[in-house]
This record gives sequence, structure tokens and C-alpha cells, in this order.
Amino acid sequence: MKEVLKLLIVLTCVCMIAALCLSFVNDATKEARAYQDRLELLNALNMVLPGHDNEPDKDMLDLMGYTYYLSKSGGNINGVAFITESDKGYSGLIKVIVGVEPDGKIVAIGILEQKETPGLGSKIAQDWFKDQYAQKTLDNAKWAVKKDGGDFDQISGATISPRAVTAAVKQGLEKFATDRASILGGNDVVQ
Amino acid sequence: MSFSKEFAKGIWKENPVFVLVLGMCPVLAVTTSAVNGLGMGLAATFVLLCSNIVVSLVRSIVPDRVRIPTFIVIIASFVTVVDLVMSGYFRSLHHSLGLFIPLIVVNCIILGRAEAFASKKSIFLSVADAIGMGGGFTLALLILGSIRELFGNGTIFGLPVFGSGFEPVLVMILPPGAFLTLGILTGIFAAVEKR
Repeated sequence: MKEVLKLLIVLTCVCMIAALCLSFVNDATKEARAYQDRLELLNALNMVLPGHDNEPDKDMLDLMGYTYYLSKSGGNINGVAFITESDKGYSGLIKVIVGVEPDGKIVAIGILEQKETPGLGSKIAQDWFKDQYAQKTLDNAKWAVKKDGGDFDQISGATISPRAVTAAVKQGLEKFATDRASILGGNDVVQ
Repeated sequence: MSFSKEFAKGIWKENPVFVLVLGMCPVLAVTTSAVNGLGMGLAATFVLLCSNIVVSLVRSIVPDRVRIPTFIVIIASFVTVVDLVMSGYFRSLHHSLGLFIPLIVVNCIILGRAEAFASKKSIFLSVADAIGMGGGFTLALLILGSIRELFGNGTIFGLPVFGSGFEPVLVMILPPGAFLTLGILTGIFAAVEKR
């Protein structure tokens, strides 16, 4: 009995000390981590949004779980960014950030997260691939890779990843089209 | 005298990767580039050093029957510290090492050194052991990462080495490249050792 009690006390003390130390480190690094999170998001947003004079990560709108980031110039909305994803990639989730003008025309896209095969599917993160989505709308392009009769180049040796990106972007655009009125409602829009 | 002995054995005679063949999961998985290898090695070395010190400090207080859970709690705490600090200050490295940072907890080198060495020896020797073993581990990961990055991507630490005509040997940064490189290096190590 005495032996068990001793084990109990030692383990409890060890865990308590560990927890104490970790909560201290957690507090000490909290600000730095929040800063990095914000930096990452801002970088991504600046990549896909037109020139703006506001802080799009603070000018955001939450519509039933979907977040829209608004970019404004002189108080008028000149772009909207949103994050869309697909699990149809070759390995794991592909997360894409899409920036559009208020009328739904794509400004640029960026790949936030992907674990596709290095050198093959991972080429979806290269500029030449992402650039082909610029200026596209739901209506002016066929939203599939060329192999499937669409407008977007697949990558030789890796059709699955471009297919997933194309599907994700298309889905995001469709969602934006449905939500467009409520996103822009009440705000001045740059035409 | 024995400090340098304990230190040197980790680098060469008992190199954790090439001789003991321990901790293969991060060795194979994260060595796609020199930076990743170095980052992983240093993170593991930091955890190893801290856990060796603490384990050696508490070795007379902790009853034998709960020593393993105690070691695990100590190791896991330091791994969490590394994870938090890296996430706050080295974000891109944190992204590329990803899941393998928390997995340092189950890296058998660290628990192995705690159990086989630090729980029996003085702090002084435990520090030497940790630096040696961690150094050997880091060195192995750095060599592996450099070779794979050099052939698989044509760069070292992101700097291009070959001219633009170089066609990267893709397989080197894919999983098979890890096994190939590790096998060849282990073979070379054993051959040199035998001499």
C-alpha cells in the first residue's frame, strides 16, 4: 500500500510540474504563433487579391462556416478571397485560396496546402499552372482538365492533382455565386 | 577524458543511424532536403539533451516501477516545447517537418538513452552522451538530406549546384531514394569501420 502511494505521488508530481512548465511555454510563445498565423494568411491574401488599402484578414465575413475576406480600395470592395478545398487529390487534402473580383472573375489562385507527389502532382503549386486560372469565370471556361474535355492543362504524369484543383476552384466559385449578394450587399462595389 | 569518450562514441562507434539503426522513421521521412535533415536533427538533439539532463537529475527520486512513464512525460514535455517554439519562430521549417516533430516523443534513440544511460549515470556524462548521440543523429540526417537534395533537386540548402542542364533524379527525394541512400551510406560506414 505504502509503495503504491509513493508511485502515485511521484507520477502525479511529475505530471503537474510538466503541465506547469508547458502552460508557461504556451503563454510565452502564444503571441509569436498568432503573429506567424496572421503573416501566413496575409501573404496568401495579398497573393490573390487586387491592390487594396485595408487589412483583408480583419475585413472578413462569415457566412455559415464559409469565410470571405474582402479587399477594399477607398472603402469600396474590389475583391473577395475565399478558401476552398478538395480531397480528390493524390494524397490528402488540397487547400486552395481563390481571389475574385466582385463580379466573380478570378484574380489569382494560390495553393495553401498540398501533399501531392514531389516533382509530379506538386507542380500544381507552380506559377504556370496557377496562372491559367486567372481571368476565368464560371461561364467563360469549361471547368475540367483538357483530358476530360475542359480548358485546364493537366500535368503530364499527374492528372489527378490538377483535376482536384480545378474541381475545388469551381466549387468555390459556385459557392461565391450563391453567396455573392449577401457578401456584397450594403457595400459599395468597384465596377 | 571520459566526457570526450562518451561524446565521440555517438558520432562514430555507436552512431544512432548508421550503426544502431535507431529512429528510422524521421531518418527516412524528413531527409528530402539538407535543411529538413538539419532541422530535425537539431530538434531531436535538443530534446535528447534536455531529457537526459532531467532524467539524470531525478534518477534517484523516481521509483523503478514508474520510471518509463516518468521518462515519457519528461520527453513529451520537451517535444511540446520544441513544437511550440518552432511554430512561433521557424514556421516554414515547422511546416516541412510537420507531423514528425510530435513523433520525436516515440523516437527510440531518446527513450533509449534515457533508459540505458541517463538513468544510471551522472549529469556530466549524460550531457556528453546526449550531445554525442544527438550530434551523430544530426550529422547522419544532414548527410542523407544533402545527398538526396543534391541528386533529387540539384541544390544544397536551396542553392543550385549543377548548371541548368541538370535533370533531377526525382526518385532520390521520393521514399525509395531514402532507402537507397541510407543503405549505401550504412554499407560505406560498415566497410570503413571494419578496416
